[in-house]
Amino acid sequence: MDIAGHPDDISPLVLTSATQELFGCLADVDLTKENPYKLLKKDDIMKDIKTRALMSDFSPVKQIVLDYPEEEILLVFDRDFTYGQSFYFVLTPELKSKILEPPKPETPEVFENEVDKTPEPKEWICLGSELEIDEESVKETREKLRYKFSRVRGKFGMPVCFSDNNTADSKDSYLECPSYQDSRFSIKQMQRDCMVQAVPRLQSSSTQTKWKTQRNIFTQYHPRELSTDEIENILNSESLKNFLITATPRILHALQQEEIINVFIDDWKALGTAGDWSGQVSEGLALHRAFTDQKYTKDKKISSINWHPTIHGVIAVALIEKKEEQSNESTVFISSPAFIVFYCFTDPNNPKLLLECPDDIFAFEFCPSNPEIIVGGCINGQVVLWDISAHITYLQRTESSHNKTSVKTNTFDLDDNKENKTPVVRFCAVSALESSHKAPITDLQWLPPTFEVTRAGLPVENEFNISVQIVTCSPDCSILFWDVRLPKVLSHSLSGKKQNVDQKTPMTTCGVPETFKHLDRAWKPLFGVSLPKINTSGEYVPLKFSLEHYTCNDNAEKASENGHTKIIPDYSQLRVTSAKTLKTLEDVNSKFYVGTEEGEVVYTDWKLEKDESGRLHSAKPLFCFNAHQWLVNTIQRSPFFKDIILTIGSWNFAIWKEGVTDGPLVLSRYFEQECTAGCWSLSRPAVFFIGKEDGSIEVWNLLENTSEPAHVHEYITNTKITCIKPWTASPKQHFLAVTDDLGVLRVFEIPKTLYIPSRHESLSMKKYFELEKDSLKDYLKREELWKKEAEEHKKKMETDIQIKSLQDNEEMDIKEYNDDLMQEESILKDMGLWPEAQDT
Amino acid sequence: MAEVEDTLKRIESHKGVIGTIVVNAEGIPIRTTLDNSTTVQYAGLLRHLTMMARSTVRDIDPQNDLTFVRIRSKKHEIMVAPENNFLLIVIQNPCE
Repeated sequence: MDIAGHPDDISPLVLTSATQELFGCLADVDLTKENPYKLLKKDDIMKDIKTRALMSDFSPVKQIVLDYPEEEILLVFDRDFTYGQSFYFVLTPELKSKILEPPKPETPEVFENEVDKTPEPKEWICLGSELEIDEESVKETREKLRYKFSRVRGKFGMPVCFSDNNTADSKDSYLECPSYQDSRFSIKQMQRDCMVQAVPRLQSSSTQTKWKTQRNIFTQYHPRELSTDEIENILNSESLKNFLITATPRILHALQQEEIINVFIDDWKALGTAGDWSGQVSEGLALHRAFTDQKYTKDKKISSINWHPTIHGVIAVALIEKKEEQSNESTVFISSPAFIVFYCFTDPNNPKLLLECPDDIFAFEFCPSNPEIIVGGCINGQVVLWDISAHITYLQRTESSHNKTSVKTNTFDLDDNKENKTPVVRFCAVSALESSHKAPITDLQWLPPTFEVTRAGLPVENEFNISVQIVTCSPDCSILFWDVRLPKVLSHSLSGKKQNVDQKTPMTTCGVPETFKHLDRAWKPLFGVSLPKINTSGEYVPLKFSLEHYTCNDNAEKASENGHTKIIPDYSQLRVTSAKTLKTLEDVNSKFYVGTEEGEVVYTDWKLEKDESGRLHSAKPLFCFNAHQWLVNTIQRSPFFKDIILTIGSWNFAIWKEGVTDGPLVLSRYFEQECTAGCWSLSRPAVFFIGKEDGSIEVWNLLENTSEPAHVHEYITNTKITCIKPWTASPKQHFLAVTDDLGVLRVFEIPKTLYIPSRHESLSMKKYFELEKDSLKDYLKREELWKKEAEEHKKKMETDIQIKSLQDNEEMDIKEYNDDLMQEESILKDMGLWPEAQDT
Repeated sequence: MAEVEDTLKRIESHKGVIGTIVVNAEGIPIRTTLDNSTTVQYAGLLRHLTMMARSTVRDIDPQNDLTFVRIRSKKHEIMVAPENNFLLIVIQNPCE
């Protein structure tokens, strides 16, 4: 056993054999296990150190040896190397004496004595344990009781049967012999302990007092007034004069101060909104995202786009075939299925949802009261309905999952693997082919949820405040009104029809929602409006139209009451309510604007009138003006003013005010590049965007300049721009979605300068339009005047010329005659035949 | 009487002044250029405000007294001069 350290009073050391011989402490010879101690003289050690210096074994312990108080140091032979070396010095005298004279152990002797003798028993000393013994011992407390059992004499000698009775068997494992009152004797209880306690009798009861506080339910007061005499008195009093003398200077001072300068103006704030910042803030449209998908958008162009009204960052795009390719492949007609593609911001390269269309879609819209219903107009004139309520959570989830980091990778990975392809929603219903349009549907709008129309075009109250009616227009010269509910009259025949159809072909394909099954293939429009030309026969060919969005206050209140419990109705259960039961809304503006193929803007009423034979037909339009020379591609009401409409034709644009039938308020000059799309800005009343054929976007600001665009963003794309739609995602983020002919959708962020309205912009616009209206009127009046003047002038000129010519002729004749006379005179004079000569 | 009229006319003809009201100690309008209901409303409300303003000033420093109250609102500026138990209220349109 090696001890790591060693006690302080021991110093191990090594002694070479030479040293050992010198000092006579050879290992195992002089110093053995039994006798390991040797006393060495200190002087000897010192001499050895001196003689041999460093070679001496004692040199490391030289200091210790010097310090040692006594003459002789004990050297111990450590055979077992307990302290690490073979020898060790004992440094303290106490330890030395202890080792050399070990104390005599005494205990071993005692032990020996004990083992030898056998112990003798001793007297037991009572230490109190006898009480315990007494307690524990079992004594008889009373005499043992003796019971004598005897049998009835008759049964003596009969066998006895004893049996065991186990208490565990009996009920409760308890067997008792209860005591019973023996009638033979009774003990009378002579003393009984009893107690009495007094308890107060408590009774709870309550009363209620009626405290009628005097409280004012209402008060009506009448201001005190002074009679005229009193007023006279006061006015004449001195005190009033004094008062005015002292108060007036202060008032005048304050008034003047106020007049001079506005001390409360915040210069910093005024600076910010007053003008445009230059330099630091970008004025251009910044590209936010570009959406394109190789699979679906190849060789297609986009005909229409719409932002999803509720989910942030979801845009739907309708893709149609490019027409150029078909001419080459006249024999083989490969039609890839048409889709409406939903993109969302989180994934620009993969569409999130696809809506399958029966054919190319030119226009589609989300239902304003229920954004899960989408209606689209096809190239063959049919109207198509989709219901995406099954996928709405998927859309919302993909939008929000972008924000969450991959914490939920487990559940999501599974989904991704399963749904590698985007979900496709088939259309729920198409309209009946024979009652649809005969030409592609170019424009389509839902009627707002505030009113609905009857079969005669009368606007009536909308009971449930949901949008159920659609208006479509198409170049087949008709505008049709559709209703997504079943008409009451036809419900019986329809149900019969439905059954027939069900028997013939199983119509429901799995995955198609059944929301509009009642309409499928049997959907007919409510009524149609035609546009007969005003002055000539024939009809206008509508391309786009714009309705007035009617918001009724009552309905808004009702809606806000029921707002939170918005039940999405079961469309198949809704029926068109008969016109008589609903209240007609008088103040709905049933007139609307239509842009035609030839560039006319037509203002007409959709209410049908009765003509002589009693049939309902459309009225003649109220107003038509040819402002553009070619197709009208956009007609849109301003989001700020209900009666201002922007129409964009191919080569110019015009702004109209409803009610002003003389012409457009503003008519722009003709552009070199064709305009192909346009829209109002959603946040600035004076700004609108126009997309051009060369792929540039112009931003026009009506307050700045009406003949030049405020900004031109060139080369957004290489081909022509087909659609522009703005969207306000949040107060600081305004987007503009731009699509082009190549099928690419680009989303731009509108810079601050273009979406923060300038101060009083709305008011300025109003004033501007008023001014324009007045100037238009003036212009027209002046035109009239000029025309009149011109006519008059022309007439006068004509009569003048006539008179003048007559006079001239006469003069000329007279002159000629005079000349002739002169000539005659001269000739005759020459001949000498002049009559005067005869006289003389 | 004529002096009173003159003084008040001077104030009323200043640029931007919409109306002037003279109110007595009890808050009853004595002379006004506005219609009755407006006058009564202004008189009643401004009297309370002026009393409270005066008591505030005097609570802070009893030696002090209120000389003028000006209320600037979005549309106008209302000025009240209290003195001798009367109140002179003037409403003015600001310069901008």
